[in-house]
Amino acid sequence: MSKQVTLTIDGKQITAPEGALIVDAAKMAGIDIPVFCHHPKLEPVGMCRMCLVEIGRPMRDRATGQIVMENGAPKIQFMPKLETSCTNRVEEGLVVLTQSEKANAGQKSTVEFLLTSHPLDCPVCDKGGECPLQNLTMAHGSSQSRFIYDEKLHLEKQVPLSELIYLDRERCIQCARCIRFQDEVAGDSVIGFDERGRSTQIVSFSEPGFDSVFSGNTTDICPVGALTTADFRFGARPWELDAQASVCSQCPVGCNTTLNTRREAKAGGNIVIKRVMPRQNEEVNEIWLCDKGRFAYHYTESKKRLTKPLTRTGKDRKVNRVSWEAATKLAGENFLKAKKNFVVLASGRLANEDLFNLKTLADQFGGKAVLYSHIGGGELTAQVGVSAGTNLGVLGSGSTIVVVASNLYEEAPIWYLRVKQAAERGATLIVMNPRETKLDKYASFVERYDYGQEIKSVQELTKKGKLGDAFMKAQNAIIIYGSEGLGVAGSASLATACAKALNETEHVGKANNGLIGVWERANDQGAWEMGFKPEDDLAAALKGKVVYIAGADPVGDDPKLAKALESADFVVVQDILENATTEIADVVLPAQTHVEREGTFTSGERRVQRFYPAVAVVGDARADYAITAQIAKHMNFIMQSANANIVFEILAETLKPFEGLTYEKLSNVRVQLPMIGRGDMYYGGTTYENTHGLGVHLSAGATRGETVRIPRAQKEALPKVKDTDLLAVPVSKLYHRGATIESAQLLNQRIGKTTVSMNFDTAEQWGVVEGAQVKVSFDGVSGEAKVKIDETVSAGVMLVPRGMGLAIREPAVAKVKL
Amino acid sequence: MAHVVLRHRDIPNLNQFDVYKKNGGFSAFKNAVKKMQPTEVTDVVKNSGLRGRGGAGFPTGMKWSFIDNKNWPHYVVANADESEPGTFKDREIMESNPFQFLEGLALCSYAVAANVAYIYLRGEFWQLAAFLDEKIAEMEEAGLLGNKILGTDYSLKIYTHLGAGAYICGEETALLESLEGKRGQPRVRPPFPPTFGLYGKPTIINNVETFANVPMILANGADWYKSMGTADSSGVKVFSLSGRVRRPGNYELPFGATFRELIYGEKNGAGVQDARQVKALMPAGASSSLIVVNGDDKILDTPMDYASVRTLGSELGSASVIVIDDTVSIDWVINKTIHFFKHESCGKCTPCREGTYWMQNIVHRIHGGDGKQGDVDLLLNVAKQMQGKCLCALGDFSAMAVVTGIERFKGDFDKVVKV
Ligand SMILES: Cc1cc2nc3c(=O)[nH]c(=O)nc-3n(C[C@H](O)[C@H](O)[C@H](O)COP(=O)(O)O)c2cc1C
Ligand code: SF4
Ligand code: SF4
Ligand code: SF4
Ligand code: FES
Repeated sequence: MSKQVTLTIDGKQITAPEGALIVDAAKMAGIDIPVFCHHPKLEPVGMCRMCLVEIGRPMRDRATGQIVMENGAPKIQFMPKLETSCTNRVEEGLVVLTQSEKANAGQKSTVEFLLTSHPLDCPVCDKGGECPLQNLTMAHGSSQSRFIYDEKLHLEKQVPLSELIYLDRERCIQCARCIRFQDEVAGDSVIGFDERGRSTQIVSFSEPGFDSVFSGNTTDICPVGALTTADFRFGARPWELDAQASVCSQCPVGCNTTLNTRREAKAGGNIVIKRVMPRQNEEVNEIWLCDKGRFAYHYTESKKRLTKPLTRTGKDRKVNRVSWEAATKLAGENFLKAKKNFVVLASGRLANEDLFNLKTLADQFGGKAVLYSHIGGGELTAQVGVSAGTNLGVLGSGSTIVVVASNLYEEAPIWYLRVKQAAERGATLIVMNPRETKLDKYASFVERYDYGQEIKSVQELTKKGKLGDAFMKAQNAIIIYGSEGLGVAGSASLATACAKALNETEHVGKANNGLIGVWERANDQGAWEMGFKPEDDLAAALKGKVVYIAGADPVGDDPKLAKALESADFVVVQDILENATTEIADVVLPAQTHVEREGTFTSGERRVQRFYPAVAVVGDARADYAITAQIAKHMNFIMQSANANIVFEILAETLKPFEGLTYEKLSNVRVQLPMIGRGDMYYGGTTYENTHGLGVHLSAGATRGETVRIPRAQKEALPKVKDTDLLAVPVSKLYHRGATIESAQLLNQRIGKTTVSMNFDTAEQWGVVEGAQVKVSFDGVSGEAKVKIDETVSAGVMLVPRGMGLAIREPAVAKVKL
Repeated sequence: MAHVVLRHRDIPNLNQFDVYKKNGGFSAFKNAVKKMQPTEVTDVVKNSGLRGRGGAGFPTGMKWSFIDNKNWPHYVVANADESEPGTFKDREIMESNPFQFLEGLALCSYAVAANVAYIYLRGEFWQLAAFLDEKIAEMEEAGLLGNKILGTDYSLKIYTHLGAGAYICGEETALLESLEGKRGQPRVRPPFPPTFGLYGKPTIINNVETFANVPMILANGADWYKSMGTADSSGVKVFSLSGRVRRPGNYELPFGATFRELIYGEKNGAGVQDARQVKALMPAGASSSLIVVNGDDKILDTPMDYASVRTLGSELGSASVIVIDDTVSIDWVINKTIHFFKHESCGKCTPCREGTYWMQNIVHRIHGGDGKQGDVDLLLNVAKQMQGKCLCALGDFSAMAVVTGIERFKGDFDKVVKV
């Protein structure tokens, strides 16, 4: 623990860590000094002048340097001027007065100055009710205005900084929190101040506007209603909102969220989600969310939600609305008939409880449990993954983080933030990728390799040399691996190489060490822990089988899989939305989204976190684990399904990494620093507070002392390429055409057209130019795309984004034609 | 007496390299780099009692001794932003006695072991910047700047940099931000530039006139310099005289010369226009507290040094003396100053951004004849409310003339408000 100093604030003696800002030390001691520009996650700037206090320092004798005593106590010398408590740090013996007449007058004057230009349109302001300016006006403001109302400045009130974020120029109090968040935290310097004096205004200078995937956070920390999201603005008053704890379902980071809900006439009197807010978890997402996590919730209320069980029967594939009993019976009978031909295909969209029941069913009836994912290697994260005590938020000097084959900014935005910040705190960051990524800027070492050569690069980590030194000698080492340019086999091989490097250098089995996979979905890690595995050749694995699909749309994603399923014996689909697979299935079972039920997800950092029901169930949908149990019943196999809690109990008894975990433990909370929120709401946003659980890490095989078994690294399955060939490689994009994103109208605008990227020379070689609409074909797949020239792509390579209509599973030799 | 800073007034063509050299130019610098330790240079400046000429009057040698020697590299910056209304001395120095300024800048750089120095000029000085570039090139050609100066291990490059038209960029930390290519807005101090300056590195910033004194101090010794001026304020000062005088201009006088000498001296201001009476003085440009004169001889006979001007309830600041005679109403004066500060407020902190805007609204009412007595009281109150709460001194500056104007010339306001 850092050195503590003792000081007095408002007559109360307190201790605080050396170097703490007075305002933060006061807050920890329960004394709220009013602030606007100060934010505990941002560097101090001292510009709003709200936090003015009197500061007295022990007087020192000029000649001797000794503290001057008076009546047995150090003589305190007060500065003639008020000082900002957000820029001055605690010192031994300081005396701070936050409530003196002089300090009060200072604080009052700042509020008055701010209000001279403020429109005070609280009745129509989204922040009204949770507004720091409103609150501090109540506490420190004058009840009368000395400013002539007619002389108020009138400015634009609806300035779109982007299609997501709107600015009200009148309401802005020029605190620069938004700019500083973008500069310091997000690292996307895309907004700033223009003009000066009273004309100072926020502008966005990127194209497209406010080009950052973290933009929504600025609306939380804006202390007034100047920044609002297009999604929530004019949507509800904060005091009408209920709050329910949840976990983001969009990526493996597992950001903690609060769902703000309201009963609404527009929704037929149902409770609906009005906005998704960050819930503080300093070990996961701090107080941030990415825009995808914030805005993608609309899929839960999509018109395409499945509401009733259906069957397709007879030659004409007649669609029948049937009861749950009938539908599950039909499914169960066919599964029983399948014998060894039974395949369970599930994705990380499902909760741990769901996957556990599915896996149990598959095991019981000799079926195969297949993970619907394009990334391999998860059995290694179960052995040498990170476990208890791991916190990217504290890594700094002495730690090495390797990011290989992943563009974290697009694939797991909050990890990008956390890794960037670790590097800024002094951690050694090694980025290995075939092309430039946003993280390169913060890396100590950037290692470029050709697609297909990733393993060689990873092997450098255990050899003598710059990378080897940085890795082997590190006190802590974490490798984050992804699937840039890789399919299931390739990424599995890469994982093997990474696990080997970690294991050899003893960076396993302890906190802040180990392997992290950048999965596609929120609970892929959970699926791996249950024993699900992706198939190298999924089409082959499905052909002629009886398939139970949960949370996946193979028909819509990939024509090859569609074909394979055409020849499947019997297909049961359990999902939340109508899709191409539900169109061909023999049985369709409507499932609940995670906002309608209880359950847990396991994040990529192997943290198990609870989510809670926030809105009413749509139609007759049921929880996945319950549906599976109901099917099992028709197979004369009894599974627990009364509630998620019970399923979890059995799961925890069965699976070693989960041993000892209970829902109760998962919902434990403790005091988190910095203190954000509390009743005073100086930091904006009402729902940061985490009262529903910080989650618990799974143990890793290596932590439990088990022998780590790492298979030999296979060579990747890179196709043979000639010089004249074009190599198509898969890359991941944050905003793709996934069902959950497309349902969110706002994000839909950011998805864009299907584009393939290549460098100028390669484009010339293939006779195409920027913007050209081309026909792309590879590996039996073909489709249309627009060409994008991108000089970060290596020669002879074409990037094909996943989830954009061109079904690319792994690197393939391709052709493009105009 | 011969000029010390405005030596070009005694020696024609001093802005030519050969003329400057022939008149003892560069000898102090040559001597320093060849024969003196850097700290010895600082010591001489310290002993001379030289105080900064940019406004705050901070002891120059002491500032140089604060340079943080644990953090490298070091930088030196000349503040040539000269934007205070009524201040026009740095321009004359740079135009007519450029080498003395540059030599001073080089001496400081040597004293604090900086190998790069910048001259930050206000944007309107673009011709002057080009002119200084030529002078710097001449010094480089003569081996006085550049690599391995005069065969020693010491190297120094001097660059000019133009601002873009903001008064606030004269404030040292805003200047540094601007020099770094950012928005010109002040930083929170401390840390001060000698520990955290340009690009976060230890930096010495001084005014042009401050630097221009240094070669003469090194050449003639600290005692010689101290023999001029007063105990509190040693040496000479270039006073920029403007307002209702007959001969506005720059006048170099020893500290301690009286307002009367400056305003009425035949070689100086030569008296007030139309032989009117001096009503008020602004000794530090628009940033002044108004000194009440109303023809009072005692006031005019006050010596102009930092301590004495303070006894009149004002500050000497940059010594840009604006003379206000009895034809001028003070509401007109503060209308001008408020307009200036409202226009120049950088907008970073609340009291100044909002306060200057609010004050402008009120003073427009008053000066435009629509004001009531309550408006005058409100204006005074708003100005006082700004005092001591702003992030940088500009906010306080903006309130000075307002507070003292209303408090000390109440009658002028009574005349313009509606009853
Ligand atoms: C608003 C404001 C404007 C200033 N403008 C100037 C200026 O134009 N020139 C200058 O030399 N100093 C100016 N200063 C003072 C500088 O901040 C700094 O004190 C000075 O450059 C230090 O040099 P000195 O010690 O040689 O005086 C200004 C200060 C403030 C607060
Ligand atoms: S928009 Fe909000 S956060 Fe940004 S400067 Fe204005 S008030 Fe502060
Ligand atoms: S980073 Fe991932 S988990 Fe967090 S909000 Fe974004 S999509 Fe959701
Ligand atoms: S006092 Fe005025 S000029 Fe100085 S920082 Fe504040 S707004 Fe800017
Ligand atoms: S100046 Fe301290 S909170 Fe803004």
